[in-house]
Amino acid sequence: MTAEITEITREEHIVYRKTPALTGNVMHYCPGCSHGVIHKLVAEVIEEAGIRDKTIGVSPVGCSVLAYNYIDIDWAEAAHGRAPAVATGISRLHPEKYVFTYQGDGDLASIGTAEVMHACNRGENIVIIFVNNAIYGMTGGQMAPTTLVGQVTSTTPRGRDVKLNGFPMKITELLAQLDGTTYVTRQAVHTPPAIRKAKNALRKAFENTKKDKGTSFVEIVGTCSSGWKMTPVEANRWMVENMFPKYPLGDIKDI
Amino acid sequence: MAEIKLMKGNEVIAEAAIRCGCDGYFGYPITPQSEIMETLMAREPWKETGMVVLQAESEIAAINMVYGAAATGKKAMTSSSSPGISLKQEGLTYLAGAELPCLIVDVVRGGPGLGTIQPAQSDYFQATRGGGHGDYHLLVLAPASVQEMNDFVALGFELAFKYRNPVMILADGVIGQMMEKVRLDEYVPRWSDADIERVAGEWALTGKRKERERHVATSLELDAYKQEEFNHKLQAKYRRMEEHDTRHEELSCDDAEYIFVAYGSSARVCQKSVQLCREQGIKAGLFRPITLYPFPKRPLQALSRRAKGFLAVEMSAGQMIEDVRLAINGTVPAEHFGRYGGVIPTPDEIVEALKRQIIKT
Amino acid sequence: MTEEIIIAGFGGQGVLSMGKILAYSGIMQDQEVAWMPSYGPEMRGGTANVTVILSDERISSPVLTRYDTAIILNQQSMDKFEEAVKAGGTLIYDPNGITREPARDDINTFKIEAARLAAESGNPKIFNMIVLGAFLKVKPIVILDNVEKGLEKSLPARHHHLIPVNVEAIRVGMTRVEKA
Repeated sequence: MTAEITEITREEHIVYRKTPALTGNVMHYCPGCSHGVIHKLVAEVIEEAGIRDKTIGVSPVGCSVLAYNYIDIDWAEAAHGRAPAVATGISRLHPEKYVFTYQGDGDLASIGTAEVMHACNRGENIVIIFVNNAIYGMTGGQMAPTTLVGQVTSTTPRGRDVKLNGFPMKITELLAQLDGTTYVTRQAVHTPPAIRKAKNALRKAFENTKKDKGTSFVEIVGTCSSGWKMTPVEANRWMVENMFPKYPLGDIKDI
Repeated sequence: MAEIKLMKGNEVIAEAAIRCGCDGYFGYPITPQSEIMETLMAREPWKETGMVVLQAESEIAAINMVYGAAATGKKAMTSSSSPGISLKQEGLTYLAGAELPCLIVDVVRGGPGLGTIQPAQSDYFQATRGGGHGDYHLLVLAPASVQEMNDFVALGFELAFKYRNPVMILADGVIGQMMEKVRLDEYVPRWSDADIERVAGEWALTGKRKERERHVATSLELDAYKQEEFNHKLQAKYRRMEEHDTRHEELSCDDAEYIFVAYGSSARVCQKSVQLCREQGIKAGLFRPITLYPFPKRPLQALSRRAKGFLAVEMSAGQMIEDVRLAINGTVPAEHFGRYGGVIPTPDEIVEALKRQIIKT
Repeated sequence: MTEEIIIAGFGGQGVLSMGKILAYSGIMQDQEVAWMPSYGPEMRGGTANVTVILSDERISSPVLTRYDTAIILNQQSMDKFEEAVKAGGTLIYDPNGITREPARDDINTFKIEAARLAAESGNPKIFNMIVLGAFLKVKPIVILDNVEKGLEKSLPARHHHLIPVNVEAIRVGMTRVEKA
């Protein structure tokens, strides 16, 4: 057994290696959660671009509040919804730096609507990564602005009712309307091809910062198997069948 | 030769910020302090010193921009007035929790709610007790002249970085709107990257280099014991502030039998009341706290051993009086006299209040 | 020397700028000065007043109820501030805005026909400088040279060509002020 391990870990046999931009910390995310994959993509893009010492992340309040434990760069942890304002403060005083926010749907599309709207409208030269899993994960599965009609959550136990709760918010399309955004796209990480595409989108977003093009906004539709009360496999299937029709993948704006 | 000008308190905040090497101002308009951002925008310091000035979409956004800027070791500030400062409380507690240095100017107006645009001192509790949630304090400076509005900007940044703590300049509409002669400071260059490395290299988000651990500006700690340990650290810091940076001024207190305790514009009015008292043969003096947190309780205690009584004069229904009474601890009478809701007390009515409430003649 | 002055009239009469020029003049001769306006949503046409204090010492309250001098430019201000002049103090007013003459006999009262003189000159904007001249004649607390320097400091450079006109208006005020 030991001999076999020694054999397969020989340098010439290694086909994949964890990017050094990821810390070795064990992630606190639930099995099947999309955050782990997205963190990895962000870390890889930063590492491959050689900009770790020039990148500052802003983490949100929500499941990814502890993102700073996993991606090995300097981070500011923002108050709930305020990450785009925090990123604005950093970016304005450090125009040479790569500044990004990493936010969930509750943080970005509910409590932080004003901050994200105005950061995008000013065309802050930052990247906004928006992970949309249509639910509040950290607080235990409550309704988010992006929760689908009829979707059961702990605060919509009989399903989201538009008369009571309004409609699922397509904030990404809203932000694409603003002149300050240069690149607005929606991606997913449920299959290897989708992961490759999402990584390309993230890479492009960071390259836009280098070109001083304004705000790049990358939505990634993800799963929350714990909140959705499904197995990871069921969650992926449910996302494809229910989330994608409402939140179709692809570039919304690219100038 | 120092430059001497006639300036409004609000305008001088802007001028002092530029001259002391402030890196960024983030604000949102509100009366009676909008001249601060207007002056900055007219001055265009980004052309002169590189200082960034940005009008945010809300007070909440402004304080969070300060949070971001401060986290990178830059000198960042914001200003507002009472209703706007209420909105900033969330940001302030995060700044205190992440131990980030910054400067906040509060040109207080009367409340509650939308209240009035006229001057008041009714936000003493909010400023000195923390204001937001959690066990924290701001270091609070109370200017009583346009000159001090100037001086406390550089001093505020100095103390903010000394303690890694937000510092508030608590002014009011009188000090903000009044013009006085002011001696402006010489220009101090903004900090270079090397300066920031020297001053804040241990914590500032300057970009993670290979040779150091990553820096994280955060106020989150899920482990209760570690959080308690952090709270101990904050409390120790507040004790150091109290020991080293408590400031006050005494006027005519040497032989005073009766002492007014007042800060900011109330202290200016009380200065006149002291003159009026002396003209009438009443030995009055003025004790003026300059730091409201930490409150100068020891020097006030010392005075209470020889004075017959104290009158706390505030443009509030009675807030600082609590600190005065805690310092004096019941040894001699200490009463409160206030006008509020935007009304400024007159020197005469303060003298009358002293006679009525303390001297009792 | 401490001189505590209230200047009161309508917005648009140049009350605040007159106070500012006076304050700057004080700075020019090394005095301590304070200028405290009533502020709020009072714009042109509403009442406006400003407290100006010049002193050789540190200035105490910028908010006062009694003044060494009151300069009164409309009836509302007369009603409000006549009683606020200290006994033995000075009241200067423009009779053109006044329907009731001041009545106190324990103060020194002067009048200056500033509105009429300004209108006659064809330049109504010099009104406040005529009033300032009247004040400086009665209370020569700053010398004219320093007022001129004060004008230079308080006016933007693009208005500096107007300084001679203003100085002339101050002289007119000095000449035409009379004991009431």
